[in-house]
Amino acid sequence: MNLYSLVIEPLHYEFMIRALTTTVLAAIVCALLSCWLILVGWSLMGDAVSHAVLPGVVIAYIAGIPFAAGALVFGFIAVAAIGILRGTSRIKEDAAIGIVFTTLFALGLVLISTTPSHTDLNHIIFGNILGVSTSDLQQVALLAVIAFAVLIAKRRDLTLYAFDPTHAYAIGLSPRALGALLLALLALTTVVALQVVGVILVVAMLIIPGATAHLLTDRFNRMLLIAPIMSALSSVLGIYLSYWLDASSGGLVVLVQGVVFTVVYLFSPSHGLIAKTRQHRRTNDQWKQHSAEAQVP
Amino acid sequence: MTSAIRADGVTVQYGDVRALEDVSLGVEFGSVTGLIGMNGSGKSTLFKTIMGLTRPVQGTVSINGRTPTQARKEGLLGYVPQSEDVDWTFPVSVRDVVMMGRYAYQGFTRKPTSADRQVVEQALERVGLQTFGSRQIGQLSGGQKKRTFVARGLAQGANVLLLDEPFAGVDKSSESTIVQLLRELADEGHCVLISTHDLHALPQLADEAILLLQSILFQGPVADALRPENLSLAFGLDIRRAEESE
Ligand SMILES: Nc1ncnc2c1ncn2[C@@H]1O[C@H](COP(=O)(O)OP(=O)(O)OP(=O)(O)O)[C@@H](O)[C@H]1O
Ligand SMILES: [Mg+2]
Repeated sequence: MNLYSLVIEPLHYEFMIRALTTTVLAAIVCALLSCWLILVGWSLMGDAVSHAVLPGVVIAYIAGIPFAAGALVFGFIAVAAIGILRGTSRIKEDAAIGIVFTTLFALGLVLISTTPSHTDLNHIIFGNILGVSTSDLQQVALLAVIAFAVLIAKRRDLTLYAFDPTHAYAIGLSPRALGALLLALLALTTVVALQVVGVILVVAMLIIPGATAHLLTDRFNRMLLIAPIMSALSSVLGIYLSYWLDASSGGLVVLVQGVVFTVVYLFSPSHGLIAKTRQHRRTNDQWKQHSAEAQVP
Repeated sequence: MTSAIRADGVTVQYGDVRALEDVSLGVEFGSVTGLIGMNGSGKSTLFKTIMGLTRPVQGTVSINGRTPTQARKEGLLGYVPQSEDVDWTFPVSVRDVVMMGRYAYQGFTRKPTSADRQVVEQALERVGLQTFGSRQIGQLSGGQKKRTFVARGLAQGANVLLLDEPFAGVDKSSESTIVQLLRELADEGHCVLISTHDLHALPQLADEAILLLQSILFQGPVADALRPENLSLAFGLDIRRAEESE
């Protein structure tokens, strides 16, 4: 086996080209969005929304309308239901999220099982990247471009929303509108990533890249570069691995991202575990030295 | 002259909890006012009501004669959050934060102009942080953190500054830097309203004090506010007892 047969040969297959293109598009948009999600503290919400869109996607499939429309509607239904449950009962937020998203996800499963020819729909749950059709790719590309453009154009507002919504309010902006925008982008992006890893693993692509980048830099603009690049590279590697090993593509895409995160978590020069331990030890030593000197009469 | 902040008969309710009861007060431009009260007395609630984040069930608030909504649109209100409300690991620099004061003046994507950058640099200089612009906000001392948010208010052009507990976790020397800065801003015509537990700094800091415990117990000169009979009203009887036993 040589490099050619490993890397170039798979590209002779059109399905691999489509798979890689779709993956890179999805990885980039998910990674961008993840930078805000982890800073707003919406990881759990991302998990919830990405599961809760399932019935929306199934209904859209049955009705023959774009998946994104169904996903958006159910994304908002989920968030509204969580908010209402938390605001009008003694149920805490994490429980409210757990109840709402599992119920909606279950509704999606039931709908799938009662829909004739539901093999396509099973792909929504586990992803089917190696079976992406040209029209799937077109839909993903369109959504990805929209989400990308909005995220970049509104990046400063979204960062303000994540950092200090009260200040946004104080200067006459609407944190509520910005929150809704972020939510809509979350639902859109979920649809983009569904194709690659499926509903169950989407949340990984929506959290891991941002978290990884956050461990590498103190500059938000740099996070917006690091996250998509790392995510795209790891996802491409995941797809190749799945081709070589003939194993779950969605699983490998996420697994590679998780491994990259672990490496960064351990070895990041600024915020990694090892660097931090070393720093800590250094300050401790200095501290001991200081107190030793101070004790000299 | 129009008061900077005016509240008339403001009552605020959170479900069954009455946080503010019939609060009326006036705070003027060109002054520093200390808002004193124990935990849960309603200080943060009063700030939220002034900003329009919380709607009173009764009464009205006006800022420079305007409704809170209008005042927000005009960028009159600068807000320095309580430390616990800020994510200090957030990947923004001091300069980024101060630039957020300019957003209301900027276009759809909030792309800063060179005029914006100049205003930001001036604000940084004003609070003495000109050499700290590119620091991540978590890498500042407690006092520098507060000054960053004051600079944001200045870049915003706010002339009413609300500071919630700015001295919590700030050492004495940074505290006096902040006190001096706020005094200067008041002398230039800003209205500064500060909630604080720190009674010792009050005489140097504030022209007036407001004692709050659900409703206004006292508003007037600091020296009078600090009289034991007034403080014992605001904090319960513990202070008087503590002082007598000393
Ligand atoms: N969101 C809320 N829901 C219900 N009750 C609230 C809420 N926020 C505040 N309260 C209650 O309103 C009262 C006033 O609270 P507030 O936060 O204004 O006090 P504070 O003076 O700022 O206290 P601290 O010094 O601890 O910051 C308290 O009894 C508090 O428990
Ligand atoms: Mg408070």
